[in-house]
Amino acid sequence: MKKTALLIFFFSIMVSAQIKIPYERYVLPNGLNVILHEDHTTPTVSVNTWYHVGSGYEKPGRTGFAHLFEHLMFEGSKHVPEGDFDRLLEAAGGENNGSTTEDRTNYFEDVPSNALELALYLDSDRMGFLLDAMTPEKVDGQREVVKNERRQSYENRPYGLAWETIYKNLYPAGHPYSWPVIGSMEDLNSASYEDVVEFYKTYYVPNNASLVIAGDINPEETIKLVEKWYGNIPAGKPVPPQNPAAANLYEEKIVVLEDRVQLPRIYITWITPPKFAPGDAEMDILANILSGGKNSRLYQRLVYELQIAQDVSAFQNSNKLSSQFFIIATARAGHNLTEIKNVIQEEINKLKKEPPKERELQRAVNQIEASFLDNIEKVGGFNGKADLLNSYFYYAKNPDYANEDLARYKAISPDDIRSAVQTYLLDNARVILSIVPKGKTDLAVKPNAEEK
Amino acid sequence: MKIFDKLLLLISFILISSTINAQEVDRTKPPALPPPKSLKLPQLERFELSNGLKVILMEKHNVPLIQLNVIIKAGTIDDPQQKDGLANITLDMLDEGNAGKTSLQIADAIDFLGAKITTRANQHFSGIYLHTPVSKFDEALKIMGDIILKPDFPESELKRKKKEYLTTISQWHDQPTAIASIAFNKLLFGDNHPYGKPSIGNENSIKNFSTDDLKKFYSKYFKANNAFIIAVGDIKKNELKNKLEKIFGNWKKGEIKEIKISEPKQVENRIVYLIDKPNSAQSVIYIGRVGPKRLTEDYNSIIVMNTILGGSFTSRLNNNLREEHGYTYGAGSRFIFRPAAGSFLAYSSVQTEVTDKALIEFFKELNGIREPIPDEELNRAKNLVALSYPQNFQSVEEIALQIEELIEYNLPENFFNDYVKNMLSVKSDEVNTAAKKYIVPNEMIVVVVGDKSKIENGIKELNLGELKNLSVEDILGKVPVIEN
Repeated sequence: MKKTALLIFFFSIMVSAQIKIPYERYVLPNGLNVILHEDHTTPTVSVNTWYHVGSGYEKPGRTGFAHLFEHLMFEGSKHVPEGDFDRLLEAAGGENNGSTTEDRTNYFEDVPSNALELALYLDSDRMGFLLDAMTPEKVDGQREVVKNERRQSYENRPYGLAWETIYKNLYPAGHPYSWPVIGSMEDLNSASYEDVVEFYKTYYVPNNASLVIAGDINPEETIKLVEKWYGNIPAGKPVPPQNPAAANLYEEKIVVLEDRVQLPRIYITWITPPKFAPGDAEMDILANILSGGKNSRLYQRLVYELQIAQDVSAFQNSNKLSSQFFIIATARAGHNLTEIKNVIQEEINKLKKEPPKERELQRAVNQIEASFLDNIEKVGGFNGKADLLNSYFYYAKNPDYANEDLARYKAISPDDIRSAVQTYLLDNARVILSIVPKGKTDLAVKPNAEEK
Repeated sequence: MKIFDKLLLLISFILISSTINAQEVDRTKPPALPPPKSLKLPQLERFELSNGLKVILMEKHNVPLIQLNVIIKAGTIDDPQQKDGLANITLDMLDEGNAGKTSLQIADAIDFLGAKITTRANQHFSGIYLHTPVSKFDEALKIMGDIILKPDFPESELKRKKKEYLTTISQWHDQPTAIASIAFNKLLFGDNHPYGKPSIGNENSIKNFSTDDLKKFYSKYFKANNAFIIAVGDIKKNELKNKLEKIFGNWKKGEIKEIKISEPKQVENRIVYLIDKPNSAQSVIYIGRVGPKRLTEDYNSIIVMNTILGGSFTSRLNNNLREEHGYTYGAGSRFIFRPAAGSFLAYSSVQTEVTDKALIEFFKELNGIREPIPDEELNRAKNLVALSYPQNFQSVEEIALQIEELIEYNLPENFFNDYVKNMLSVKSDEVNTAAKKYIVPNEMIVVVVGDKSKIENGIKELNLGELKNLSVEDILGKVPVIEN
């Protein structure tokens, strides 16, 4: 993220209604996709731009560029001097931010509806004219900010090095998901100005972006404004395809990290089907069955009954090339991670033998269904409707995907869950990471511990 | 510009062929903007149930959701002597068994609806918060009624909760920002002031709670005349009234004594507290003093002033420490308002090696804000505060929070609708006065959580004031011992 922001994920809520986000889609001659959605509930508009580039498009040794760009995009462009992007938006009552994942970078400006054209002016100027204002000093300045983001979010945070350790072990060297989104300190230090310029020219072009404008708008006037500000930005060359190495894991990797923490924590991770592919929705439901609420299988056993864990969570992190399914639990004092792992293994084995109960499945689906209503309350921010339309457009190639998305979950049977567990949660194709207090490696999971 | 015939919609999108000449776009200055539209919120509707329980409703029909908050006028300030954390654990235990149903049965019933009920003790008020699809409102409301009116406080669940909280305290020892935040309140307000203590209590108080303690707290404060209800969402007044009457209409009244809390002492000198956390990659810095209460006449000018100092991305603190110096990922400041005294806090996490340099920049800005503010900066801050205000009224949950503040502080009925106008009319000299009154850099505490061996000498040389070395245990106590 460009800015420190509290991300609040509501997960909750549900109902049986059609989820409809009406929209109009246009394609400018330079290849920019434009999606408009009207909502006049409050006099606000969200301008939400996705560049279809994330850390997965970087090269080994040059990691962290997509995220570094997320910072540089706010540092001024040809007609917008450094600092003015934020100053002008704030002076109009607007807020903005951006975020980077393995697959994409997003930027939004949430403004009062009278300031729509200002947001388009600023956003288009950095799409068309960023390099005219780029300097090595600016790159160096944001490099320092990003290094501090890394210190704050990873190195100075308990368990903060878990993620990059897991991804490095889960994917083969050179795979787009094998390095952390924020990049390594070494790569951040060694990125040259020329590297940065080249990366921008390749990926930050209208034909590799999609622009959603949602909120208190008049679509007819809005598309004219979009044409005015974005229409004359030249198309770039076709974006080179991502050619990822195959990501197959054929072993159980046992990894141990020591950290300045009181309690040991276990992370078990598998590679699972990509976002919206068959199997993806099953994993979301499975996550809920395992750790959503007090009655979920792992919470009930580890936290509620045995009381040997402080917390447990399971989730599917859905991505474009493949997804990752995580189970994470923190042991209470006096308990080791082998104990925790054995309980997790028992519950996985049960689900391989017997499908979940009808009520467990329905409870999960009801909660997911309700969360769709929350997703359509707000137009802006990190998970408002503007971002959702862009997400559907990018990952499903169709902004109008909410009902298909929901239908995936409703179509799943208990047997589908069992076969997903059998297919994807393999004992011999996963990474088990133990993070333990310094000097306490005896608390970590040992190979084949469940047989002892 | 020409848009192809609507028939092309059949292929799901419209290709635009451009005839606009590139030269026609003048990028040399930002486009002129029309005046902002005003926020038109639906009227607040107020009514009472037959037992006098007050209800405040804002109807919002665009998404089929309802947010219903039942607010109790009691919180952590009402924790009895030696029973720190009682309000918190009482609220937390409400849904751990009621009307003869077990914790798991209650959770299953709520989750199956896709609804969400959370319970939370704040400092002066506590709440039970329901968020539900309108189609499940009746069933969810019934469960909520049992949670509020018929809690059982089972012994076994309390025992489990105690372990959870003691473990939470042990985990704070790992977290530099948690340590800084707890230390800041403790050192600013003192161990004996309710604002100086963590809401969940301490090892000793938690271990000694009995279910009787919880029942006493509950029966003292959970009364119809000590509560109010805020509803926002897709429901009409009469329908809501009938439904609430069925669930809450028989809730009994009682006599409530309000607690007066003592006025905290203002910081008199600058004192630096260095809390050693070896091998930290960053130092967490919290600087501040006692602030005004929410109903201060200076509220609007304080909000604008703080936006300039550290309340926005372009604020002086963030611009200096992040954009100009690259010491941090972010720096800022805020006023925490409460019914009694509040606090002012400036904060950042900075790279260990530049801790002393960062402190110099902090105090440069804390002194600088007391000088007259340039017009451009002032107007930018006023506009940001005023014109971004409608963003707070998009979701039922956020709107309910806004209304809760309105009721808790008895703000004027037209507070929401006048907010933009009021903020835009804040004057330059009012902002300057607020800065001089509330930002007094020589009378502040400075809390630094970081690697003492690397930062102590640099901090000493700054001569900011008396330097006191503390350990994490001085702030949090020893890591709790938890019996299985």
